[in-house]
Amino acid sequence: MTAILIKGGRVIDPGRRFDQVAEVLLKDGQVSAVGSGLAAAGAEVLDATGCVVAPGFVDLHVHLREPGREDVETIATGARAAVAGGFTSVCAMPNTDPVTDNQAAVGFIVSQARRAGTARVYPIGAVSLGSKGEQLAEFGELVGAGAVAVSDDGRPVATAHLMRTALEYALSFGIPVIDHCEDLSLSSGGAMHEGLVSTRLGLKGIPRSAEDVVVARDIQLAELTGGHVHLAHVSTAGAVAMIRDAKARGVRVTAEATPHHLALTDAACAGYDTHAKMNPPLREGRDVTALRAGLADGTIDCIATDHAPHHYDAKEQEFDNAPFGVVGLETALGVALTELVDAKVLDLPGLVRCLAARPAEIAHLPAGTLTPGTPADVVVFDPAARWTVDPARFFSKSRNTPFAARSLRGVVRWTIVGGEVVHRRGDVPGAPAAR
Amino acid sequence: MTRALGKDLLGLEHLSADDIRLILDTAEPFKEISERAIKKVPVLRGKTIVNLFFEPSTRTRISFEFAEKRLSADTVNVGSTGSSVVKGETLVDTARNLEAMRIDMVVMRHGSSGAAKFLADRIESNVVNAGDGKHEHPTQGLLDLLTIRDRRPIAGTRVCIVGDVLHSRVARSNIWGLLKLGAEVAVCGPQTLLPLGIGELGVRVFRRVEEAIEWADVLNVLRLQLERMQAGYVPSTREYYRVFGVTLERLERSPRELIIMHPGPMNRGVEIDSRVADGPHAVILDQVTNGVAVRMAVLYLLAGGKPELAESAKGAPER
Repeated sequence: MTAILIKGGRVIDPGRRFDQVAEVLLKDGQVSAVGSGLAAAGAEVLDATGCVVAPGFVDLHVHLREPGREDVETIATGARAAVAGGFTSVCAMPNTDPVTDNQAAVGFIVSQARRAGTARVYPIGAVSLGSKGEQLAEFGELVGAGAVAVSDDGRPVATAHLMRTALEYALSFGIPVIDHCEDLSLSSGGAMHEGLVSTRLGLKGIPRSAEDVVVARDIQLAELTGGHVHLAHVSTAGAVAMIRDAKARGVRVTAEATPHHLALTDAACAGYDTHAKMNPPLREGRDVTALRAGLADGTIDCIATDHAPHHYDAKEQEFDNAPFGVVGLETALGVALTELVDAKVLDLPGLVRCLAARPAEIAHLPAGTLTPGTPADVVVFDPAARWTVDPARFFSKSRNTPFAARSLRGVVRWTIVGGEVVHRRGDVPGAPAAR
Repeated sequence: MTRALGKDLLGLEHLSADDIRLILDTAEPFKEISERAIKKVPVLRGKTIVNLFFEPSTRTRISFEFAEKRLSADTVNVGSTGSSVVKGETLVDTARNLEAMRIDMVVMRHGSSGAAKFLADRIESNVVNAGDGKHEHPTQGLLDLLTIRDRRPIAGTRVCIVGDVLHSRVARSNIWGLLKLGAEVAVCGPQTLLPLGIGELGVRVFRRVEEAIEWADVLNVLRLQLERMQAGYVPSTREYYRVFGVTLERLERSPRELIIMHPGPMNRGVEIDSRVADGPHAVILDQVTNGVAVRMAVLYLLAGGKPELAESAKGAPER
């Protein structure tokens, strides 16, 4: 393995409060040194002048669709899309077919990811068998095979009792329970946020309270049990306020928000654009404002994409019938830089904290830092370069993005996993990965 | 040829007051054709129209079909049963197949909000929305406007829509049309059947039907679908009638003589008292008559008919 010397870039490592122009030397799959005047004979030198050098991004929330829907994404294509977007570690939700609710299923994901050889893929196991909300899955065996968290995502943890026992049982394994907060009796039949836009469009709405009542439940249960609950894709102002209060009381709650919920409102559904249909739905301006404030003050810990590939036929339907979800791995950095850094919600170290350091801490992953001796997972991106989103050029198998044709700032120059370059700017889908 | 209305009629929300007046004015000369012994003019001769009804409909489908036939168009009716739709064909494939048959217009009723726009965005033919989900039913809104206008100027008239506004495409088209033409608009019903934030559209909200009756000049009474009871929006039809029913006793307390409208089909003894539906202030059958004229006007204008020629289109009946 050739050593890599990254020169001339602004090195940002929020965990160590490091932010200055420096050199980064990667050797034997690990970060060897960060400093100046570094030299390594025979190292490949990457000129990062004008770029940010940061720990590789960590996405706590992706749907890679394998096994079951390999026509819309595989572990290999999803992991390739991840590194194209600067993500070196992604956590795969268990709502595949079959559900990742046993150690063999976890092992399958680990081995497929190893074969793909790009991003690290960490499986998330199911909370309940088949994610049916009845019987607890075998957390010990899931973790033993490589799972880093449990979730019934796609659905909420079905009952308060199941959530309580999951939080308690997870304490033995030190893993977070990730919940998709949705009261199904309030959201039933809904296709978008309930508000003036849904009234105009004649679409059944999903009220904010469908999320808020479950967020309230989960916070109460985390407080009761001392367990760690991680709230997926927070979308409402009310949830942000409850999380802020709970954190102030010392409750072990963490939370993520998606780039689309931080950037868009329900106005994007006007015209019945099915690429603006996701669950939870895009909310209103005051929710976006609250999410951004929550991200800025740490109430919302991190950005996660909820990357959800769908076949183009599935989105080419009546709004009611189209499935929820959008892809996000290849646009997350651009959207975050354009919508959050330009709007001064986050500075660049804050952005790296939300995309790398915090999510790695939440799932206890060996990532999110450039501390010497840690795995050499690094992203180098040019924060000023502009590009226009062209879904036809995605590495993901799917194209369902609400950001098509948007002009975004921020281009990934190199993504390095375990000391190997797995993505270079200019790589195109279909061609062998650069090595 | 420039068309007075654009390619499609998808709803009233995005029409201007002038567009709406143009349709209503164009409907006037068409009213008379239906009163003739030979109810036919050659205005759409050689045009082919598909009536694509994915939901059951009697009144609207027949009204469109009469409008088309009285304008001499060639029409084909496609229902959801016995068509490729039940064989699992997607709407986009249905649209492409229609296009391939070189039709001129599609009149579509569909259960999903936005389906008419979906179709219109994908085919060159004119699309007329005959009701899409809970979104709009523009020709119903237009015929309601025409029926009010037959009796009094719309501007300044107080119209209250009573009942299940939440699930009603008729309510939405009425609200847009009435507001654009200067009427005062209110809605009344149990809060379970009113959309959140409906007041922000510029309408008043009455929670008690007695208050609505006291305020209004016109009541447009919506059908209460029986599914709403199963879904728990209201406890029973009996209670609904007792609390929200438009009854003769309630109307007699009104300071004015109200005009009573209903888009049909009626549930007598649920949302409306039979004595009201059959009474002197009900204009429910006039609505049906006006429906044909309004639909003739819409088809004529979308086909490129010149507004000023509507008068002469009356012409001589086709021999």
